[in-house]
Order: sequence, then structure tokens, then C-alpha cells
Amino acid sequence: MTQGDTTSTPIVRMEKVNKHFGSLHVLKDIDLEVQHGEVVVVIGASGSGKSTLIRCINGLEEFQQGHIEVDDKELLPDGKSARALQKIRTEVGMVFQQFNLFPHLSVLDNVILAPMKVRGWSRADALEIAERLLERVGIADQSAKHPAQLSGGQQQRVALARALAMEPRLMLFDEPTSALDPEMIGEVLDAMRELAKEGMTMVIVTHEMGFAREVADRVIFIDRGEIVEQGPPETLFDAPQNDRTRNFLSRVLKH
Amino acid sequence: MEVTFQFDWAAAFRSIPHLLPGIPWTLLISFGGLAIGFFIGIFFGLLRISPLRWLRFPAILYIEVFRGTPILVQVLFIFYGLPQLLGGPINALTAGIAAIAVNSGAYISEVVRGGVQSIERGQREASLSLGLSRTQAFRYVIWPQAFRRMIPPLGNQAIISIKDTSLFSVIGVGELVRQGQIYIATTFTALEVYLMVALMYLAITWSLSIALRQLERRGLVGQ
Repeated sequence: MTQGDTTSTPIVRMEKVNKHFGSLHVLKDIDLEVQHGEVVVVIGASGSGKSTLIRCINGLEEFQQGHIEVDDKELLPDGKSARALQKIRTEVGMVFQQFNLFPHLSVLDNVILAPMKVRGWSRADALEIAERLLERVGIADQSAKHPAQLSGGQQQRVALARALAMEPRLMLFDEPTSALDPEMIGEVLDAMRELAKEGMTMVIVTHEMGFAREVADRVIFIDRGEIVEQGPPETLFDAPQNDRTRNFLSRVLKH
Repeated sequence: MEVTFQFDWAAAFRSIPHLLPGIPWTLLISFGGLAIGFFIGIFFGLLRISPLRWLRFPAILYIEVFRGTPILVQVLFIFYGLPQLLGGPINALTAGIAAIAVNSGAYISEVVRGGVQSIERGQREASLSLGLSRTQAFRYVIWPQAFRRMIPPLGNQAIISIKDTSLFSVIGVGELVRQGQIYIATTFTALEVYLMVALMYLAITWSLSIALRQLERRGLVGQ
């Protein structure tokens, strides 16, 4: 399904990535590879740099030193890779904490905008895919509404459909359930779970530890801008090796 | 000695047909100037938020100069001053439209800047993350939302510019105030005529307010 040997090389490769924000060292020597089909969950306290880390993958954040390769395209430090950047973004979808749906467009128009303008699909082709995706995330009957008329959970599922309409090879999730009312978290996690089952490559920043344990192939714990520990969820959650990991887990798993 | 004064309603009504010819001039100057000012405002408003300093600087200069000097001075400069540079006269209508254009353009630049900057960062990030170029993100996502938010302050500016045209009686353009002055010169009924002139401005600006409120009620504005 993918061309050439891309399935054998990692879709994301970060080498010694450093990011400074003024005097703040936000990311320290990040080394990270993500394989095709892998589901990686990034955990850590707020301010640890986990959101910054995944926002570097699609260039929403610049970094100062190191190397990032996404889908065989290279991202350069200080944002000096405008052309590669747009190609990468075309192949990498993202779901945001605040949904970021376009409030002036209907649900359907939110989903078909990028396929038409970026991929150059006809309206008919884009509509066909959009309707199928909205059906899949359970929003098909709301497609004529505007985002403000939907609940938070519904909005986030539309945002997921919007990203998937570009047929991405990698999906990034930046705390996708953190802005949701508790009773709506489940419906969004269900949609993500299904996506993981279908084999989508995903990098997820989340505070939902139960979900992480269930869907992750690998969990990464990041603290003060460093990858402190990583491993399969059973190891990381049940037998963490590092004191900082143990400390963090004892705080978030207690309640 | 007893001073008696009677408001002469008949004189007020008699003045109306003499004032009405001023209305098309007032509307032409204000809306002609505003239409040009709108494009000036988009141009300089977008320059003003450019990441490049050498593009921002001319915009800041333009805005500060035309917002920081009186519109009366601007129109006198254009009508009496510029001909010295150009070597030929400028007609009063052109001077009036130009003054409204450059003056409202400065304020509209700030309206455009405010509107665009009021759109949440996440809208741009979501657009870029979908692969849209910066230009596409602006055209399809940022601008349509910004424009809706700009309509109330643009309406406000339109009302201000309509009233500003009253100053252009000094260059002899036949707008409302000028028509009033000409009529008063023969009838000496200043009280009645200026009241009628004021009511005519009010009729124009109030209609505009109502039209804007209708737009807002239909949800075409704001969010």
C-alpha cells in the first residue's frame, strides 16, 4: 500500500533535537523514531515539553539544533524548510486540544476544504470521502450544522474526520480530550481506538493513562524537556525504572 | 426691553428643498471616500501585521500621519496645497473624496489589523496542519472570520466619515452644510436651517445604524 521501501524506514526520525525559548531549554537532545503503524503515547506533566515535541513533527514549533525527518522529508532548524514543511503537513494530520474547527464553515465544509484546496480533488470526490468519514465518527446527521451547534465531543470527532480526509500517513494528537467534559471523553477515545486498530500510525499526547495503557505500542515519559524513559505500556506503567517516572505515575495514577 | 423669539417652523420646512441637493454630494463624498479607504485600509492593515519590519514601517508611518492630523487640515492641504505641487487645480469633489479616503484608510487599517489579530492562533495552526499554504489559510480561514468581526467597527467609521464631510464646506463643495450656508445667506434663518441640516445627517447615519443592526441580527456579523 505504500510506495517503495518506506514501510521499513521510520516515518518520524528525530535526532538530538533541541529547542530553546529565550533562556528556557524546552527540548533537550530528543531522539525519537516512530515506525509505520506504531502507536506512540507521550506522557508527562504540563510544561514538560510533550506538546512542543509533537508540534515539532509538523513544524508548528521551530527547533534550533538537531535533525527531524518525517516521511523521508527533512525539517531544518529555525524553520528554514518551507517547501518540505508543506509537503510534510499534507501527509501528517493533527488533532488539537481546542478542536480548532473553522467556525464560519459547516461541518461538511470543514472536512472538504483541505482535500479540495491542497489535494485538488473535485467537490464530488471530497464530499464522498467526507461523508464516509463523518459516518464513521458518528456525525453524519450533523454535517450541515456549524461547529458552534455541536457538543465538544462531536466537535473533536469532526476535527478527527477533517484531519483524516487528507488521508494522512501519520496522525498527531495534542491532548485531544483535555478540553472535553468528562462524559464526552469516551466517544473521542473510542474513535481514536478504532483508528489505531485500523493500523494508523499515531503519536498521542494525553493524560488518559488507561487509554495509553490500552492502545499504545510504546509509551514515552518526558520530563523537563527530556525523554526520561520509554517502553511498552506494561513495563512503563507497572515497572518504571526511573525515579522521575515513578514519581510522576504515583501522582497521576493515585486518584 | 423684551426679547421674543419664535422658532419659525414654516422657514424650517421651506429650507428643505434647498438643502436636499446637498445630500447626494454628502453621500458621494463619504461613500466614494470610504470605498477607496477600505482598500487602502486592507493594504496598510495587512502590511502593519507583516512579519517583515520594512513592510510594517511604511504602514505605521501612514497610519500615524493620517490619524494624527486633523481631517480639516488634510482637505485644505489637498485642495489648496497640492495644486502648488501639481501645477494645476484639483476640483473640490476630488479633494473631498481623497481626504475621506486617506483619513478613513488610516483608521480602517487599524480595524483590519485588529480583526485579523483577533482570530485565534489555533485557526491558523489547524489550517497549516492540513497542508494549506499561508496564503490559503488567510484566504479561506482567517479573512472570512476577521471580516465578520470588522463590520461593526467599519460601520462606526462610516458614520464618522459621513459627519466629517460637513467640514468640506470650507472648500466649497456643495454638500449639506454648504447648501445650508448658501440658503442662510439670503434668509437669515440660521436656527431653523441648521436644525434641518442636523436632522438630515441624523437620517443618514441612523439608517446606516439600522442596516448594520439588521446584519448583526441575521448572524452575518461577529462571532
